Amino acid sequence: MAPSAQVLGISAGSTAIPDTVTRDEAVSLYACMVLVRAFEEKVRRLHAAGRVPGLPHLCTGQEAVAAGVCAALQKTDWIASTHRGHGHCLAKGADPAQMMAEILGRATGYAGGRGGSMHIFDAENANLGTNGIVGGGVPLAVGAALASTRLHPGRIAACFFGDGAMNQGVVLECFNMAALWQLPVLLVCEHNGYGEYTASDDVTAGRLQDRGEAFGLPTRDIDGMDVMNVWAEARQAAERARAGGGPTLLICRAWRYSGHHASDRQDYKDDEETRQWLARDPLLQQRHLLQRDHGVDARELDDVLAQAEARIEAATRSALTAPEPDPALNSLRVHA
Amino acid sequence: MRQISYRQAVLEALTEEMERDERVVLIGEDVGAAGGVFGQTRGLYERFGAKRVIDTPISESAIVGLTVGAAMAGLRPVVEIMFGDFITLGMDQLVNQAAKIHWMSNGQFRVPLVLRTSVGTGSSTGPQHSQALHAWCAHVPGLKVVFPSAAADAKALLKAAVRDDSPVVFFEDRASYAVKGPVPEGELIAPLGRAAVVRRGRDISLIAVGRCVGIALAAAELLRQENVEAEVLDVRTLSPLDVSGLADSVRRTSRALVLDQGSRRGGLAAEIAQTLSEQVFDWLDAPVERLAAADHPVPFAPALEQAVLPGAREVRSHVLRMLGRKETP
Repeated sequence: MAPSAQVLGISAGSTAIPDTVTRDEAVSLYACMVLVRAFEEKVRRLHAAGRVPGLPHLCTGQEAVAAGVCAALQKTDWIASTHRGHGHCLAKGADPAQMMAEILGRATGYAGGRGGSMHIFDAENANLGTNGIVGGGVPLAVGAALASTRLHPGRIAACFFGDGAMNQGVVLECFNMAALWQLPVLLVCEHNGYGEYTASDDVTAGRLQDRGEAFGLPTRDIDGMDVMNVWAEARQAAERARAGGGPTLLICRAWRYSGHHASDRQDYKDDEETRQWLARDPLLQQRHLLQRDHGVDARELDDVLAQAEARIEAATRSALTAPEPDPALNSLRVHA
Repeated sequence: MRQISYRQAVLEALTEEMERDERVVLIGEDVGAAGGVFGQTRGLYERFGAKRVIDTPISESAIVGLTVGAAMAGLRPVVEIMFGDFITLGMDQLVNQAAKIHWMSNGQFRVPLVLRTSVGTGSSTGPQHSQALHAWCAHVPGLKVVFPSAAADAKALLKAAVRDDSPVVFFEDRASYAVKGPVPEGELIAPLGRAAVVRRGRDISLIAVGRCVGIALAAAELLRQENVEAEVLDVRTLSPLDVSGLADSVRRTSRALVLDQGSRRGGLAAEIAQTLSEQVFDWLDAPVERLAAADHPVPFAPALEQAVLPGAREVRSHVLRMLGRKETP
């Protein structure tokens, strides 16, 4: 049996999950996580085979945060992501083929290979980009939220950042302004316990939730391995933000299965702790929930999985056969 | 023509652009209710309200960062960083985000933001309030960098900067705020990326940035007494640099001295001098030379501070040496 959230130091399950969750909603959250997992597994394998330039940062294990938060957003709501951002992009609606092409450095990628994994922008889905600077997306989302209050009332923003970013000054500056101006923004901390190769506890004073409360931010400590829980909390925060009720800090506790980047062997992690988290895998949990509470049978769940894998296979094929970008175009669009 | 101050010119540009386009918002420390520490935003808060003239906490990094996000999401923010020295606090946002996002997203996003800041010696503000770091910004692909020296250009170029879809860093010389100059009534806008010939001459081109334009003009007056006719150019836009405009002048005069308000080492004067050497070598009668701020921090005491920038007499001597002429005492 999987260890409880309590054992892992995660707060008790949310009371925010409504009784009215439909079967389709629950399946769609599962499908989103499965798609992200399939994508990341493919990137991992391509990287191991030497096909991916540079060092991609994989979000395997954190799928519930991306899926749960983005399910609470509209297409026109802004997101700003992190270096570990493939899941956020996919959950917000990005095309896996253009993402894979970008990650492989091909001309058909979202930025024609200019940015790679850490710079995937998707304007059509109001995605302000994955970001190479820890905490870099936070001011972008807070600024987009500010713009929404002037230009598009009712439109909100969400930014993702890790527990490592909680020690960046600019992030705390943004907490202050978001709270001060009651901006419509979800501040989503993906608390996976590690900033790069160092345990968060070793370099962080105090409790992370206290930092939100210090600014008067409504702050929720969430089991980020439970997608229903993340979704329910994000929906409440999104509704409040949309109605003019201001920002929320959502601290989602999850686990980074992969290392900091795809070549990181994670010798610094405790195997037993990893085993406990793996037993609480967000995809497995949701699969059980769908079978138990919504009567979804294994065959349908396997179909969801197969569809996701087929979609990622097709995306990968198209990316691998896409042309290399042309360096003659490098100096285009330096200025707008 | 009417004469207004550089400060008034900045204020007029901001007022007119805010009237013209409601997506233009001002944001920064003390820009709102206080009207700006140097008075450049006086009255705008009362006129446009707190939704468009936004007072911030003293958090330069987040101020710059969130205006990048706001610009990506459709606003056209004009952010003020009170002293140019403080752009260092927002540099990550400026260099890693603002400058690169249009290029990195392959054109999916634009970052139409103007970052105004004030620089310059002359008021004993000391080593952390007197630097001119425009060369840092000009070094970064993706940023446009503007540095007007005269009131009319302050207005015309600021209006162009607000309408530009790229991030523009706009340097204002603090000592010039109170200086009046001719500024025509009505709409006044000048394209970014063009230098201006502010005095015609045939013997040497004095190519100057910011406050150094005034120094060059004063030196040109002194040189006239030596029968030397110096042409004076105001670079105005440091990035993109008006290479052809500068080169045209040097082809006429065959000599150039570059004067910069920033430090000499690794600075903009070196960039301009080398660019000219590459472009117009065959026309040159002497190597292109440079004078710039001294390579030490800007001191506090007036007696020390006044020595940081070359004066008009020093420029005159330098030019006479370049021309192989003896100085008349």
